[in-house]
Amino acid sequence: METILTVNHLTKKFGLLTAVSDLSFTIEKGNVYGILGPNGSGKSTTLGIILNVVNRTSGDFSWFDGSTSTHEALKKVGAIIERPNFYPYMTAIQNLKLVCKIKEVPSAKIEEKLKLVGLWDRKDSKFKTYSLGMKQRLAIASALLNDPEILILDEPTNGLDPQGIHQIREIIKTIAGQGTTILLASHLLDEVEKVCSHVVILRKGEKLYSGPVDGMMASHGFFELRSADMEKMKELLETHASFGKINSFNGTLTAYLKEEMDAESLNKMLYDKGIILSHLVKRKESLEEQFLSLTKNN
Amino acid sequence: MVRLLQIEFIKLWNNRASKVLIISYFVLLTSIALIAAIKFDIGPVQFHLADQGIFNFPYIWHFNTFVTAIFKLFLAIVIVSMMANEYSNKTIKQNLIDGLSKKEFLLSKVLTVVSFALISTVFVFAVSLILGLIYSDYNELSIIFSDLEFLLAFFVKLVGFFSFCLFLGILVKRSAFALGFLILWTILEQVIFGLLGWKVMSWPAAKKVKDFFPLESMMNLIKEPGTRLSAVQNIGDQIGENLRFDYHTYWYEFLIVLFWTAVFIYLSYLLLKKRDL
Repeated sequence: METILTVNHLTKKFGLLTAVSDLSFTIEKGNVYGILGPNGSGKSTTLGIILNVVNRTSGDFSWFDGSTSTHEALKKVGAIIERPNFYPYMTAIQNLKLVCKIKEVPSAKIEEKLKLVGLWDRKDSKFKTYSLGMKQRLAIASALLNDPEILILDEPTNGLDPQGIHQIREIIKTIAGQGTTILLASHLLDEVEKVCSHVVILRKGEKLYSGPVDGMMASHGFFELRSADMEKMKELLETHASFGKINSFNGTLTAYLKEEMDAESLNKMLYDKGIILSHLVKRKESLEEQFLSLTKNN
Repeated sequence: MVRLLQIEFIKLWNNRASKVLIISYFVLLTSIALIAAIKFDIGPVQFHLADQGIFNFPYIWHFNTFVTAIFKLFLAIVIVSMMANEYSNKTIKQNLIDGLSKKEFLLSKVLTVVSFALISTVFVFAVSLILGLIYSDYNELSIIFSDLEFLLAFFVKLVGFFSFCLFLGILVKRSAFALGFLILWTILEQVIFGLLGWKVMSWPAAKKVKDFFPLESMMNLIKEPGTRLSAVQNIGDQIGENLRFDYHTYWYEFLIVLFWTAVFIYLSYLLLKKRDL
């Protein structure tokens, strides 16, 4: 698989504070990555370093195959960091034309990208007249001007109202659907869970986990079950080798799997033993549950 | 290089305040021609400034470069704010993220500044040439194109001064404070000169040291032309004061300014490189 970004033992110190500590991970083409971590865990600093605006203390990183300089590589990257930064006295079109000049791409895509984020009607308004949500959408349009190999988003929904959040999420989903690699930094776990296939989890500048979302915990998920004879069902499952912990709560039985088992075979097995289910759901732990247990264990 | 200039041009030209200041600056440069129109006609006293020899070749090169250099303050405001605004709008961060290197970023500013100086020089050359051709008593080619070093001095002076403005913009990051700092620095040079002459060394020695200060060295490139007018010199002779000074610009004076220009640009680069944004 094609590598887009390699980060090796990256460290950043601000005086006595270590913002990023010995961080290593790689980004492969085609995946949607989330960088997770509470506030102040070093997400933005890490992105600042790979985007050439923060100087690293030690370690290194390389874009693509490592043969181009960082600023050349950044022309193939689209990135939005925290707040959208544009020239307030210039219109959307003027600002985007400037970005095209910097990225050395023709300005032909401006119309397409402005339409994608729904700002074509306001293309001739000055940036300073935009609402925060519009500014954020313009930033996304700007990041997409070069049809980037990777889109980097740092807290893209921060400070937006629910409608704004929804609009941004829809745009991200559309872009992810087109096969663009995305790196999304956020502390909103449900946001990451909805779009990401891979995660890097940071805490106090240190990496706790990096890899696929599914592989975050060695877990096979759990069943939520209901039937007329709860007691008998519980006894039966407790003796079964595939199940570990079994909880009963609010008339629902939650049975955690120790090994893989699909819902169909469980249903068939219980039916054969004379138990008829009224409710059967197989689920995996949410990212939030996994994240909390991961940060707790360490 | 053209790309870097275009980038800066988009930033400047779409800013109304910058546009107004730049246009006013060039209008003012042209307006030096209006001096020709100064005429007093009070009964028996008739005075026409243009007839006093200020537009004579080659003196006009000296006079016009000296007077128009005062207008550089207009561009100083534009330059300081074009640098400081990048910080206050945080657009410098976005520029770097979009794929401009720090070197390119600074280079686009420096190129703009050099272009400003170059265009100003060409402008002053053209206006002076036209004025001279109209009013000068001497019109031989060899005289017209003598003393052109004043134009070179004018160009170097502007580049030096604008580099200082750029550096202040990067250092202070706020346009108003940077301009304040510029004024403070001007005063500071005089204060240091005063202290040196008063306490440390003799006044002539202090004067020599002062010539190495950045703003003072830029000032020295074009010395005041007033006392060079024959009318003024005649008055001087009458009151027994020799006003025939040395008006020429020496190579080492160029060198001092070029040295400061290099220092300011290099320091700007270091600041840019070292700072986290």
